[in-house]
Amino acid sequence: MGLDPLLLSRLQFAFTIGYHILWPAYTIGISGFIVILNVLWLVTRNQVYRQQLRFWIHLFALGFAMGVVTGIVLSYEIGTNWSVFAERTSNVIAPFFSYEVQTAFFLEAGFIGIMLFGMERFPEPLHVISCVMVAAGALVSAFWILAANSWMQTPGGFRLEGNTFEIVSWPAAIFTPSFPYRLAHMIVASYLTGAFVVIGVMGWYLWRREHLAFARAGFSLAMWVAALLAPLQLVIGDLHGLNTLRFQPVKIAAIEANWETGPRRPLTLIAWPDMAQEKNRYALEMPSLGSLILTHSLDGVVQGLKSVQREDRPYVPLVFFAFRIMVGCGLVLIAISWLGLWLRWRKKLYDLAWFNLICAFTSPLGFIAILCGWTVTEAGRQPWIVYGRLRTADAIAPVAGGAVAVSLAFFAVVYLVLLAAFFYYALRIVLAGPQAEIEPLAVRPGRDSAPAQTPKG
Amino acid sequence: MISGLPLAFAFVVAFSVCLYVVLDGLDLGIGILFLFAPSDRDRDTMMNSIGPVWDGNETWLVMGGTLLFAAFPVAYSAALPALYVPLMAMLFALVFRGVAFEFRFRAGRSRLLWDWAFALGSGLAALMQGLMLGAFIDGIPVRAGQFAGTTFSFFSAFTVASGFGVVAGYTLLGATWLIFKTDGTTRNFARAASPSILAATLVFIVIVSIWTPLTHPAIAGRWFSLPNFLFLWPVPFVTGLLALFNWRAMHGERDGLPFLFSIALFLVAYAGLGISIWPYAIPESVTISQAAASADTLQFLGIGTAIVLPITLAYLAYAHWIFRGKTAGGYER
Repeated sequence: MGLDPLLLSRLQFAFTIGYHILWPAYTIGISGFIVILNVLWLVTRNQVYRQQLRFWIHLFALGFAMGVVTGIVLSYEIGTNWSVFAERTSNVIAPFFSYEVQTAFFLEAGFIGIMLFGMERFPEPLHVISCVMVAAGALVSAFWILAANSWMQTPGGFRLEGNTFEIVSWPAAIFTPSFPYRLAHMIVASYLTGAFVVIGVMGWYLWRREHLAFARAGFSLAMWVAALLAPLQLVIGDLHGLNTLRFQPVKIAAIEANWETGPRRPLTLIAWPDMAQEKNRYALEMPSLGSLILTHSLDGVVQGLKSVQREDRPYVPLVFFAFRIMVGCGLVLIAISWLGLWLRWRKKLYDLAWFNLICAFTSPLGFIAILCGWTVTEAGRQPWIVYGRLRTADAIAPVAGGAVAVSLAFFAVVYLVLLAAFFYYALRIVLAGPQAEIEPLAVRPGRDSAPAQTPKG
Repeated sequence: MISGLPLAFAFVVAFSVCLYVVLDGLDLGIGILFLFAPSDRDRDTMMNSIGPVWDGNETWLVMGGTLLFAAFPVAYSAALPALYVPLMAMLFALVFRGVAFEFRFRAGRSRLLWDWAFALGSGLAALMQGLMLGAFIDGIPVRAGQFAGTTFSFFSAFTVASGFGVVAGYTLLGATWLIFKTDGTTRNFARAASPSILAATLVFIVIVSIWTPLTHPAIAGRWFSLPNFLFLWPVPFVTGLLALFNWRAMHGERDGLPFLFSIALFLVAYAGLGISIWPYAIPESVTISQAAASADTLQFLGIGTAIVLPITLAYLAYAHWIFRGKTAGGYER
């Protein structure tokens, strides 16, 4: 046989949703930055913000297209590969997806045209409103999709009728215990990631000593955002972790690679968690610190992996290492943003070449942290698709392994080609630099020079 | 009131799919015509004519999918695994079609690559949607709420005919949209091409309309029994009439008319399809009421949809209206 549709479907969903989440994170972050730029432009009338606005709208457009096309795939993949999950949970969570389309996707789609094509064509207030609507749509989308995901993690507001989940309370199904933390963690992650994309590009210009006025404005702004959000994210992440400890203790045990239940558990910094022997190899541990961090008391009892049967445990090494990479990225981002704060105080923010160069290469870290964070929470949920209620293995559609193998291979090739194309065109925009556009407002560049469409009315 | 909810949602799903078919149908049709355009300049114009609105048009596909999931979960979870191969092929095609809008705009020497990605993506997506329509009409075997066939049971001569029918129909929408929205060489190209596209569309409409009742006695009974036929004969009659009007409009002066007649032609064919498959959500397997979600779920979905959908339609219409008029040199940005 060989081709297991379950394993292949899991790989395919993990790959397609992991790839997809990068783009919403990017578009939430950059659209938020675009809203800030709009406000600054309206308040200060400083041309540099308009220049920034135009520049980021171009880069936004590329990522937005990637998000749209990879998102459509997911709305159908739930049915094609996980039809049993779809059938059993639909009465509770399917309306969330429909409301996501109705309140978020259409909002983005309705105003993206004006945002991308309307800067010179339409009155300024309409363009500003469109930018705000697109940013709002991205946020609302996160609300619904995280409501659905949080329900899978910490299900609430339902009763089971046979195998089928039926609704009891909509507020309880939407606002499940993990939802507020997950939503806050993801939205801040997106804004932080967006800020570091800006920091990366502007840091590059600063290091190259190019487009200096332009680069300083963007760098300064994004550095403020990062200095504010990076430490905030640490606090939210900690709260999210405590929430997980309460509702999904086995996931925390996998994150910590903690096998035994008891007080004074160590904090395992690094190890190879051995699933077969139920212990850690090559472990570097800090005595009792695990209990202290998780329960805020040395004698706090922490639940270990052995408290549940082997078949109810997630694959520990994946969760363990993904968590450490996520935290590592986060700490680097905090360090850089606070170093930036200090350099700003010493009035050296734009002038230290080494700092600007480091910043230029921090752009991927937010994305890596997001991918790892999602790996922690999703792989840590296993072997359940609805935590404690429905096993992933029982949710698979009646699809043939061969069909999934072929589609997975296509996804791998197509998505990697698209990623290369995205980088190629995005880098071209970056390397070309901002359009020179310090002109008097009355001229309205582009509008009067080129023949645009001629409205009838 | 509750018992009417599945019916109401059947209409909302049908409405969403209908909007998708017309709106993204014309986008895909432009893609199918893309490589046949006389020059690169015309291709710019063609793409620009839908550049600001294609995303909204395509979103109706996600609307249809998620609405089906929420309102008719049995249909969603039974039909999608049955259509695994054409659905995945369509998704890949739409990925290429979608990114081509942005990448082609940015491309220098690599522009030809995205021309082809746009054209082949559009053509393949249309073909796969037609295959799925055919497979849907043909019926999908369902046992205990799940698909009970094999990977390739969707495939038959009929589904292929249906596939090419949709390709022809979308091309008709695309060509007449171009007559409506463009000028000069692009419009002339679309005008010259449109009569033969109309002819091809009619051929496939006739083939599918004859083939369906021949292989499905229930559908034949629906149309050709009395008194039904007394009420239903206008459907083919109006189809013929609209085709005739469209033909004349294509050779006339008014640029908007062929597009209007093409939409009308689609609506009539769509209504005919609805008459054939009523009251099934999946023909001959699952009825609309069998497929429907719980009453509580439909109610929750219904309240929000009744409020949100009219607002959505209003601003989407505005987004189309604000880019009204002929697309000339392209949109600055």
